[in-house]
Amino acid sequence: MSVLEVRNLSIEFAQHRGKKFRAVDNVSFSLEAGRTLALVGESGSGKSTIARTLSRLMSPTSGELFLHGEKVGRRGSATRTYRRSVQMVFQDPFASLNPAFSVDHHLRRPLAIHGQKKAGMTDAIHNLLRSVNLTPAEVIANKFPHELSGGQRQRVAIARALAPQPEVILADEPVSMLDVSVRLEILNLLESIKRDRNLAILYITHDLATARHFSDEILVMFRGEIVERGRTDDVILAPAHPYTKLLANSVPSRSTKGKVVAATTAREMGNEVIADDAERSESFATTGCPFRYRCPSAMDICRDLPEEVSVGDSHRVRCWLHIPAHREK
Amino acid sequence: MKLETEVDQHVSTSHDVVLRARNVTVEYGGEMPTRAVRNVSIDLRRGEILGIAGESGCGKSTLAFALTRLLRPPATMVGGTVEFLPSSGGAPIDLMALGPRELRAFRWSKISMVFQAAMNSLNPVTSLRRQFSDMFLAHDPSMTSDECEQRSCELLEMVGIKSERLNGFAFELSGGMRQRVGIAMALALRPEVVIMDEPTTALDVVVQRDILEEIFGIREQLGFSIIFITHDLPMLVEVSDRLAIMYAGEIVETAPSTLIGDDPAHPYTMGLQNSCPDLRGERAPLVGIPGSPPDLRFRIKGCSFAPRCAFAFAPCHEVHPLLTTPMGSVRGVVDAGNPSLVKIRPSSVDRLAVDEWRVACHLHDALPSEAEMSHDSEEVAVTGVERS
Repeated sequence: MSVLEVRNLSIEFAQHRGKKFRAVDNVSFSLEAGRTLALVGESGSGKSTIARTLSRLMSPTSGELFLHGEKVGRRGSATRTYRRSVQMVFQDPFASLNPAFSVDHHLRRPLAIHGQKKAGMTDAIHNLLRSVNLTPAEVIANKFPHELSGGQRQRVAIARALAPQPEVILADEPVSMLDVSVRLEILNLLESIKRDRNLAILYITHDLATARHFSDEILVMFRGEIVERGRTDDVILAPAHPYTKLLANSVPSRSTKGKVVAATTAREMGNEVIADDAERSESFATTGCPFRYRCPSAMDICRDLPEEVSVGDSHRVRCWLHIPAHREK
Repeated sequence: MKLETEVDQHVSTSHDVVLRARNVTVEYGGEMPTRAVRNVSIDLRRGEILGIAGESGCGKSTLAFALTRLLRPPATMVGGTVEFLPSSGGAPIDLMALGPRELRAFRWSKISMVFQAAMNSLNPVTSLRRQFSDMFLAHDPSMTSDECEQRSCELLEMVGIKSERLNGFAFELSGGMRQRVGIAMALALRPEVVIMDEPTTALDVVVQRDILEEIFGIREQLGFSIIFITHDLPMLVEVSDRLAIMYAGEIVETAPSTLIGDDPAHPYTMGLQNSCPDLRGERAPLVGIPGSPPDLRFRIKGCSFAPRCAFAFAPCHEVHPLLTTPMGSVRGVVDAGNPSLVKIRPSSVDRLAVDEWRVACHLHDALPSEAEMSHDSEEVAVTGVERS
């Protein structure tokens, strides 16, 4: 059952001369307990904006959030209940921990705010540290962020997110700042915490390979639109949208080894550099399929935004190529 | 330490080498000097793409800076030599012996570099035109402004940027375009060697793929050699001819990249490869490398990877392994059913038959014994290391 549901979320930013920039356009999805949903896309596609809105660091232009089927209100008390259930892990563990305070302090605050009594506080902190495999907890608790490695810091950030016993974790690029050798450990940790606590995880990343291995479902975003969604293996192994195909073909893979200039190169896939200013601003136009300027199979009809259509069991894509009436044109 | 210099004689010299480094050692000074690069010997052949992989802090960038003599205090090259062998023939140039003026003329025209933060390596307050002409005039003061402009335009077009951009500033370009400008600048004086230090790390996969193809397309035309440094092993396996894996300031394995990708010999290479899951690979339990790299301020006894290595046995903690031809045709496999278990299996590749496969690991000191490779059980559990 869905823990957190997002309906018709749109987020706009004001630009100069009253123009609006639509960062997220009419996005709907839901997070289920015990499952990981990956949100992938290039920089600027609106992934982090969604995470910031879900964590209520930003308010949406339109759209609604439902926690356990109940609409999330805007009042202070509603926000507090919401924040207890939905916690965030940020990208940069070097910036997300305060260098002036010890690990103990970082965990004590969320515990205190969300009602932990002083009596069992120290035990609660140590238990949190143990739950993210930071041992010996007594020693780690007294350390300062600069005394820890990147991986350890990210574990502290995860422990902090777990402090109010949330049901949803929003992980915004949780491993992209870490060393390759520790990335998997952090992802495995999130995976095991998810299983133990029946958490719903939104895993935001631009790394398609880890998204494949650590998520159940995947959403592919391009310029604020969800262009494809479905079960991870369906989307990665049999991409339907031209953008997803381009992404999947761009990832270095052992199966494409030795073929630097592969048959479907990024260039042949139509990914030319948009160098012209006019072209660039036009390509951010608000109507039509956002990918049509780079799409190798763009058609006239792409000036209108297609509906999401089903191309398989729970595999949906937003592309005219998959709407039978227009496929031939 | 004396033993380590024996590495020298194993490095092949039969090929047409353009850059030859021997026993390069770099220290970051201080109360307790950090030996970030230790006794690294490396040959770059003409026209070759040599990949150097390793995690942060393994010394790969420091090595790149040492090869171009760009080290700045507190880093100093305390030992070793770097020689450049010009394609025109003639005597090798010893980089360490160059004086300031010679060095200034040598750099960029013979060896250039694409920096990691190319987005930030351009000057934000002067136009691209000015930055290009600065570079041309520094090396050839006789160039006229028209010539500068013409060359700059050619270079920009070569990397796929419209020449009108020449009057623009760095902040007007996207990250990928700035990286392209960085590449154009590195190629401006037609160097024989280009060192690329994580040129695509901060970019999106699609842009990364585009820039890689740009680089290799241009390389086909101009035929320079590349040292490509990154932590992204799958990408390196795909693009490079030969790979060198660095750990804790040393090269632990070098081999042709097509072979190393299938069958790494060093446990660290294996770990690094397992850390980068394959996009289309089977969904199986994935393990990283437990622990963290050693503190290079202290003297390391035995193999520097031993404390993190699932295969470590007695000699690993005592004797420093040399970079030599691997004897044992074995490979390690992580048991999918039980990720804490690591096994040794016969390798599909006869590494002895591959010229210039070098590995610094005691596992490959000698052919495995009968017991280890018995016929009835092709798998032998070496050790069960608890992993978290």
